[in-house]
Amino acid sequence: MTQIELRGVQKFFGAVQVIKDLNLKIDDNEFIVLLGQSGCGKTTTLRAVAGLETIDGGDILIDGKPVQHLKAADRDIAMVFQSFSLYPHMSVYENIAFPLRATRKSKAEIDSEVRSVAKTLQISDLLAKKPSALSGGDMQRVAIGRALVRRPKAMLMDEPIGALDAKLREEMRAEIKRLHIKQGSTSIYVTHDQIEAMSLADRIVIMHEGVLQQVGSPDEVYSHPANLFVAQFVGSPVMNVADASVTEKASSASVTVGDAAAGFEFPRTLLSKLNGHAGGQLALGIRPEGVLVRREAAEGFLPVETQIVEPLGSFDIVDLKVGSKMLRARTKSGFIGGPGERVFVRIDPSQAHFFDTASGKSLGVRL
Amino acid sequence: MAAVRTSSEITFNRVAIVAVLLVTIIFLAPIYWIASTAFKPRNLATTIPPTVVFQPEISPFVKLFTKRSQLRSPPSPEEYAAAPWWERVVFNGGEKIVRDGKGQVQWSGYPSRFMNSLIVAITSTVLAVGMGTFTAYGFSRFKVKGEADLLFFILSTRMLPPVVVAIPMFLMYRAVGLNDSHVGLIILYTAFNLSFSVWLMKGFMDEIPKEYEEAALVDGYTRMEAFFKIVLPEAATGIAATAVFCFITAWNEYAFALIMTSRRAQTAPPFIPSQVGAGLPDWTVIAAGTFLFLLPVAIFTFLLRNHLLRGMSFGAIRK
Repeated sequence: MTQIELRGVQKFFGAVQVIKDLNLKIDDNEFIVLLGQSGCGKTTTLRAVAGLETIDGGDILIDGKPVQHLKAADRDIAMVFQSFSLYPHMSVYENIAFPLRATRKSKAEIDSEVRSVAKTLQISDLLAKKPSALSGGDMQRVAIGRALVRRPKAMLMDEPIGALDAKLREEMRAEIKRLHIKQGSTSIYVTHDQIEAMSLADRIVIMHEGVLQQVGSPDEVYSHPANLFVAQFVGSPVMNVADASVTEKASSASVTVGDAAAGFEFPRTLLSKLNGHAGGQLALGIRPEGVLVRREAAEGFLPVETQIVEPLGSFDIVDLKVGSKMLRARTKSGFIGGPGERVFVRIDPSQAHFFDTASGKSLGVRL
Repeated sequence: MAAVRTSSEITFNRVAIVAVLLVTIIFLAPIYWIASTAFKPRNLATTIPPTVVFQPEISPFVKLFTKRSQLRSPPSPEEYAAAPWWERVVFNGGEKIVRDGKGQVQWSGYPSRFMNSLIVAITSTVLAVGMGTFTAYGFSRFKVKGEADLLFFILSTRMLPPVVVAIPMFLMYRAVGLNDSHVGLIILYTAFNLSFSVWLMKGFMDEIPKEYEEAALVDGYTRMEAFFKIVLPEAATGIAATAVFCFITAWNEYAFALIMTSRRAQTAPPFIPSQVGAGLPDWTVIAAGTFLFLLPVAIFTFLLRNHLLRGMSFGAIRK
C-alpha cells in the first residue's frame, strides 16, 4: 500500500530549472509512466523520488510522509536503471541477494527469497552466472529481480528496456506488464517511447521542458490531448496540425486548412463550441486515421492530389496536398498507387481537435 | 581472426618479428650480464673477452649476505673439512667469513638494506594508492569547487624534477629528525607517488559507471558501503596498475635515498654502488645484489602484467 505524491517540486541544475512546480499524486498499485523527450525532466523527477537527486523546492511524500530529506537507502524504494547496473563482479545470485544483505535477514531467508524471485522471472538456471555472460533480456530480468526481491514500497524504472533491440523490447514490455499485474506494486516508469507508455501505463504523465503537460489514461491522452505538444508527441504517425479558419454556412460549418481553396464540412455545432475562437489563432489537429480518403467523388469530400506514399506494412501513410499544406492520411495498404493521383478527402469531425495557437491549449471541442 | 593477408604483409610481418626480437635482445642484454655475473667465479667476472660458458657458482650470494675478510694463510685441512659448504665456497675465493666472539656469522649490510627497501616501497605504495583512490573517488563523483584547478595543482607537484628540492628537503628533514628514518622515506615516496596515483585512479574511477553506486544506494546501502562493496572491486584493475607504477618508482628511487639515509633506513639502491668503492670491487657480489634487487619488481610486474597493460592503455578506447 504505497501512495506517492509530488507537491510543487522544483529542481534547478545551475540556472536551468529542470522541474517546474510539479504536482502529481500516484495511487497504490498504480503504474505511472513519465513520458517526454530527453531533457524534459522525467528522469530527474524519477531520481528525485528515488533520493538520488535533491530537490530545490516542494515536497515528495510517500504514504503521506515527506521523504525529500531522507537518504535513498531509507526510502525503501527500488530502481531499475537503463544500463541495468548489474554489479559485474558478482554472480546473478549475489546481485539479487545484494539488497537483502543490507537488511538483517538470515542466510536461509535470503536464499529462499532470491530463489523465489528467480523462479518468478524464470532465471533460476542463470543464478551462478556472471552478468557479462547474460543476454540483454536476461540482464533486464536480473535487474528487475534485484529490484523486486526486497518487496519495496515502490518500483522505479528508468527506461529499463531502452537498451534492448526492438523485438526483445516488445517481449520485455509484455513481461513487465504481466509482472506488474501479478505483483502489483506502485510503479513509476520513465520512457521517451510513447508506444511503451501507451501499452504499460495506467496513467501517462507527459512532461515537456520540466512542466507537466497532461496526466491521463493512455486513451485520454491519445483521444483528448490537452495541448499541441501532447497532441503531436503522442501517437505515431504524428497528428496533423494546421492553422485553420472556420466559416459559417447555411446548414454547416466549414473549416479551411491554411490557404486551401475550399473548406472541410463540419457540423454547425462547432461554431458555438468554438466560442468565438473561429477567427485567427485556431489550429486544427487531426490524426491520420481521422482523414478519410475515397477514390470517387462524394458529398462533402474535397478533391486533392496525393504526394508521397509510405507503405508501413499493415497500412500506408499518404501525404495529401491541401492548399499549400500537407495532410497525412492513413489508408489500407496499397489503396493509393503512388504520387500524383487524384483522390477525395474529408475530415472525421469526431476525431478533430481544435487548439488555440497562442497558448497551445486544446479548446476541448468534442463533436 | 582470418583476415586476408597479402604476401607483402606477410613479409613485413616477418621483418617486424625479427626487429622486435633484436630490440628485445638489446634490452635484455644488461639483465643477462648482471644475472650471469651473479653466478660467475670471481676470476671470470672481468675477463676480456667476457666468459660466456662457465660453471655457475652460488658463492657471490653467500658473500653478499656475509661479512668477510681476506685470508692471510689458507685454512687448515681440519678447519676446511669442518666448515659448512657455504663457508667453503668463501674459503675457495681466498676469503673467510667473519664471526663474532661466540662464533656467530656476521651478516653483511645487504639483508637489512633489502628489508628497508621492502618496508619503504610497500608502505609508501599502500599509502599512495590508498589515498589516491579516495581522492580520485571524491573528484570523480562529487562536485568539488575548483576541481580542475585542484587537480592541476596536484599534478604540478610533478612538474619539478624532485632532485631540485633535495637539499632543502634534507635540511628540513634534519631539522625535524626525519633523516635516516623509514618514516621519512615513506612520507617522501608517498608524496612523490600521490599525484600520479590520484590522476591514474581518477581515470579509472571515471570509467566506473555512477549507476553501480546509485543502484547500491537505492538498495539500502550507505555511500561508504557502496564504495567498499561496489566501487573498490570494480577499481581493482586500476588499483593494481597504479600500485605497480608506484612500487617501481619507490623501489628504484636512488637520489633521495642516497641523501636522506645513511645506515638505519638506507635502501638497497644507494647501498649496492657504495660497495664498488671499497678496494678492488668484487663484481660478482655486486651483480648478485643487483640481481636479487631486480626480482621483487620483476615478480610483481609479471603477476600484474595484464592489469598493467590495461592501465597504460586505459581511456584509449571509447566504450
